[in-house]
Amino acid sequence: MLRQFFGAAALATMMVAVPSLAAEIKPAVVYDLGGKNDQSFNQSAYSGAEKYKQDNGTAYKDFELQNDTQREQAMRRFAKKGHNPIVVIGFSQAEALKKVAPEFPDTKFVIIDMVVDLPNVRSVVFKEHEGSYLVGLLAAKAAKSEKVGFVGGMDIPLIRAFACGYKQGAKAANANVEIFENMTGTTGAAWNDPVKGGELAKSQIDRGADVVYHAAGGTGAGVLQAAADAGKLGIGVDSNQNGIHSGKILTSMVKRVDVAVYKAFKDLSEDKWSSGINVLGLAEDGVAWADDEHNKALISDDMRTAVEQATKDIIAGKIMVHDYRADNTCPY
Amino acid sequence: MEFLETFTLILDSAVRLSVPLLLACLAGLYSERSGVFDIGLEGKMLGAAFAAGAVAYITSSAWLGLFAAIAVSVALALVHGYASITQRGNQIVSGVAINFVAAGLTALLGQAWFSMGGKTPQLPNSARFNPIELPFAESLRDVPILGQLYSELLSGHSLLVYAAVAAVALTWWILYRTRFGLRLRAVGENPGAVDTAGISVIALRYQAVIITGILCGIAGSYLSIAQSAGFSKDMTAGKGFIALAALIFAKWKPINALGACFLFGFLDAVAIRAQGAVLPVIGEVPVQFMQALPYILTVVLLAGFIGKAIPPKAGGVAYTKER
Repeated sequence: MLRQFFGAAALATMMVAVPSLAAEIKPAVVYDLGGKNDQSFNQSAYSGAEKYKQDNGTAYKDFELQNDTQREQAMRRFAKKGHNPIVVIGFSQAEALKKVAPEFPDTKFVIIDMVVDLPNVRSVVFKEHEGSYLVGLLAAKAAKSEKVGFVGGMDIPLIRAFACGYKQGAKAANANVEIFENMTGTTGAAWNDPVKGGELAKSQIDRGADVVYHAAGGTGAGVLQAAADAGKLGIGVDSNQNGIHSGKILTSMVKRVDVAVYKAFKDLSEDKWSSGINVLGLAEDGVAWADDEHNKALISDDMRTAVEQATKDIIAGKIMVHDYRADNTCPY
Repeated sequence: MEFLETFTLILDSAVRLSVPLLLACLAGLYSERSGVFDIGLEGKMLGAAFAAGAVAYITSSAWLGLFAAIAVSVALALVHGYASITQRGNQIVSGVAINFVAAGLTALLGQAWFSMGGKTPQLPNSARFNPIELPFAESLRDVPILGQLYSELLSGHSLLVYAAVAAVALTWWILYRTRFGLRLRAVGENPGAVDTAGISVIALRYQAVIITGILCGIAGSYLSIAQSAGFSKDMTAGKGFIALAALIFAKWKPINALGACFLFGFLDAVAIRAQGAVLPVIGEVPVQFMQALPYILTVVLLAGFIGKAIPPKAGGVAYTKER
């Protein structure tokens, strides 16, 4: 009788305690090849994890890859050590994750930028084409020469989707606009080659481009530098890069990888975890154009009105932004 | 007119792309002409690029960055010299070791000092070698053809670009018109004869290796503080090896080296420019093909057009004095 009472009391205490004290989690992050300080895609993930650490005092482990073969190893090691959830950044992690995730059915995995259809994996993908549409619109409005450029990293459908949305946005703002498009390379090294990126941007600027948008990770540093050197405008990607060359970057297409990472940590600790595919677009605040003190002077009232209108129209479904990945073509 | 402008711009881009190759190629030329093979050009450039980026950031001076780059590169060259000249080790192994050490150390030190994932912080323009406008470039811009060529192609490069071109002429003069050059060529062909004439083979080879270090230092600085604004991991991206290919292509001659490196740069520039271009009949050319083009052409040219490239006879062999 007495024992039963204590048992019930203990249970009651636990039930009270659970909602107020979020469950302890041991998160881990595996970045893609660019590294966590690429001032772009990976850094966005890093800042999400850092923010969660600040808000909740939860320590996390992270790993920067040196080469492709380490992906599987890193994920497996984190899983074996009991880390949960494990967030892996970048589409290149998909193959490794497909192997590792089934081995640890109790561990929750999150992959950014790619879909891996397994019961313990949450796949977060973004509607980059929608954000790119907005910056394309701004680029075409800012380019007096009616010429704008795009420099991609590795030539893959994801980056083509950036390019295609950008083109559609630019054409929507000005049907006469001419768009130059370059890809840095076809291997992972294309994410980390600022010299080549700079040269591609220079070649576009020489041809008359007034604004150059990059979707090239670490390579983009060279693109933005070349644009700033030539007195033209760059457009950043993934993180808010406006501050890198204040006043010389028109805006950035921000992909809220940080929010996705933060939410993954939070959901698991609050026991609200869900596997499956999360698609984050303009409506979900998953993508946005960066608007801060660094580019205030560059965005005219006319541009602001136009881009805000376009945002509303896309969310309402009045403007359909073409997704290159849907049919592997770009009609623009 | 449109065509001419496009062509000028491609040439302009080719100049920018070929300069690091050219400097590294000349660097290799000194070393190999003296009989020391050097596949560590890549590593020396990488080390130099890192030193230039780091020191230019700390001191805010491009010149100090350049000197630091040269110092690091010469130090690496001396390691190679010590291993392959004094200790008569295998020159290829020593070169490979330098490449590995440079690739690892730059990333490690970069991470330890700046914690930016092996990068150095972005440099302000005052700490870089900026483009130099040659006199009258702006006013001559409107003169057809010649003015355009002058203002687009010749003007507006950084100091190091002009230095690289000057280095070609200087190398030619040193190699074929000075006593040092004659001895350098001789020591790579027949060190025994040089020794018999009472000249130190060891000293000559060390001198050559030091010059290699200096030129690689300039090449590395060009990458990190002229062409871009800061060092990033593995930024040489195989340029040292392409420079070696160019050296063979050029048959170890300075003027040919200029041509070979410019050809590589030009093909690279064309590949950048022609990307996504729509050609009649074929349609859009795939990115992969355009990027492979410079290498395909290299193989074709090397295989079919330049004839036999004969390296310096004593290359790769450590000199042992007869006792």
